[in-house]
Amino acid sequence: MWYYEKKLQYPVKVSTCNPRLAKYLIEQYGGADGELSAALRYLNQRYTIPDKVVGLLNDIGTEEFAHLEMIATMIYKLTKDATPQQLEEAGLGPHFVNHDHALFYHNAAGSPWTATYIQAKGDPIADLYEDIAAEEKARATYQWIIDLSDDPYLNDSLRFLREREIVHSQRFHEAVEILKDEREQKKVF
Amino acid sequence: MDKQKQLPESYYQLLEQIQAIDFVLVDLTLYLDTHPDDMQAIEQFNQAAYQSKQLKKQFEHHFGPLDQFGKSYSSYPFDWKDAPWPWQV
Repeated sequence: MWYYEKKLQYPVKVSTCNPRLAKYLIEQYGGADGELSAALRYLNQRYTIPDKVVGLLNDIGTEEFAHLEMIATMIYKLTKDATPQQLEEAGLGPHFVNHDHALFYHNAAGSPWTATYIQAKGDPIADLYEDIAAEEKARATYQWIIDLSDDPYLNDSLRFLREREIVHSQRFHEAVEILKDEREQKKVF
Repeated sequence: MDKQKQLPESYYQLLEQIQAIDFVLVDLTLYLDTHPDDMQAIEQFNQAAYQSKQLKKQFEHHFGPLDQFGKSYSSYPFDWKDAPWPWQV
């Protein structure tokens, strides 16, 4: 089971109300390579992955929910004081008529989250390479958002998340090596 | 959603110390998942786990429970459900 802890993994501050940035950040909330996809992808794969790497999928999957909460906090803080007019000017008019100020799992272009964003092939190497690719795509997305953002507080939190994608990718690479070593040993003995 | 009462500077300072030490624990956990024989990292992990518990005890004494479902004690009346929530501070 899971326990909630009443804190963010890393502080999230924003300089000012900025629905334009919130619109881009939604990509990491309900987009293909976003945090929801990441959490569900890893936690779902862990049931059928070899025991040696279950722990890693379990723990990275759990950390992704902490990242999802950070992204949600950014979007919430960037939009909570925005008027309908400001939301519309930022391109969030269609979001507003359906959701008011509520968050929703869709990507920056408004497409709702779908399970087709994630894979579970059951083949451990295929699944881990999918996970590595997902981390690298998420890292790139954070970079593009940072490039479009002029909010130094927000960028500090985004840089933290970008670095975590790199660490996760490295750990997944190590998991691949662990499974390859195990496979080689089985051949020898 | 509701208007928050002003939180003292010490809330943010203590919270940040907890976030820092808990980050050490998250990162070491992932590292140890793929390097389970690194004795030095395990020593660091156990030290950080101790520090985290001490800091949380201090935080909860001033600002209420951090953890759900009985992992933190409650005072009267039940204060787990009280704001502020993490996205409100």
